[in-house]
Amino acid sequence: MAVKIELFKSLPHFQGLGSDDLESIQKLIFEKFYDRNEIILYEGEDSDALYFIADGVVKAFKTSNDGKEQILYINRPGDSLNDIPAFDRGPNPVSAQAMGPVSLYGIRIRDMENLLNEYPRIAYNVIYVISNRARHFVSLIEDLSFKHVIGRVAKILLEYIKDESVAKPRLTQQDMAAMAGTAREVIGRSLKSLEDEGLIRLERQRVVLKDEEALKELAGVES
Amino acid sequence: MPVIDIHKCNNCGLCIGVCRCQILVMIDNKVTVELKEECHDCQVWCAQCEIVCPTGALSCPFDVIVEESLIENS
Repeated sequence: MAVKIELFKSLPHFQGLGSDDLESIQKLIFEKFYDRNEIILYEGEDSDALYFIADGVVKAFKTSNDGKEQILYINRPGDSLNDIPAFDRGPNPVSAQAMGPVSLYGIRIRDMENLLNEYPRIAYNVIYVISNRARHFVSLIEDLSFKHVIGRVAKILLEYIKDESVAKPRLTQQDMAAMAGTAREVIGRSLKSLEDEGLIRLERQRVVLKDEEALKELAGVES
Repeated sequence: MPVIDIHKCNNCGLCIGVCRCQILVMIDNKVTVELKEECHDCQVWCAQCEIVCPTGALSCPFDVIVEESLIENS
């Protein structure tokens, strides 16, 4: 197995360690591969290893009882996937799915616990990573008062069609995220939600507003 | 069609991995959009590349129209 050395060195959990230390830790790492859409972790199951993304993109999500998916995090190379169940020994709070071909580095939890005892620096790094993740979730909780976000998205769409200027640029999800004060993935989910409710239709390179009145009601705009 | 801001793109290629249509490709170490013949008739909304791009270099611009205007124009 060829661990990408530079990526391994850059993993936040192992920052500040010397080359000799990294070399001995590297021997504990194993690699796993997943195809697009393959489920890597299931919500509710136990984790026996801590995983880092070596290549590809993984989405962490929860599914509601009625099948709606909420993306909580987009994990990219260098990100860890499952710190929470790895360190609190509880079940996975989310599921994780490969968005394209993915390769992961894994380290058994028992090996990770030994490392925490041997290298206090790693424990400090883990605290930093988990704190950072908690901060992201606080922000997401704020955004995930779903009605507020969907209402803002509806308003943005309605205001866009009201603008009759000839040279108005096309919208992007990034633009909408910035306007709505939320993350790109929340915008994507909101648009899908509006489509599921029959208020809009998503087509290639355009959003079709099907029920303007309902959108106005959602946006809190007078008809 | 995805639009790439070359000033922001670091050619990491994460978008290529998630592109279901495989129209995002790496050519000469640069991420490039390579449309296929079937793209002309495609009505799929995806925009996954825009979501995964770490630098915000990729965007999938869209128009917003009201359905009635479709009926009138047809």
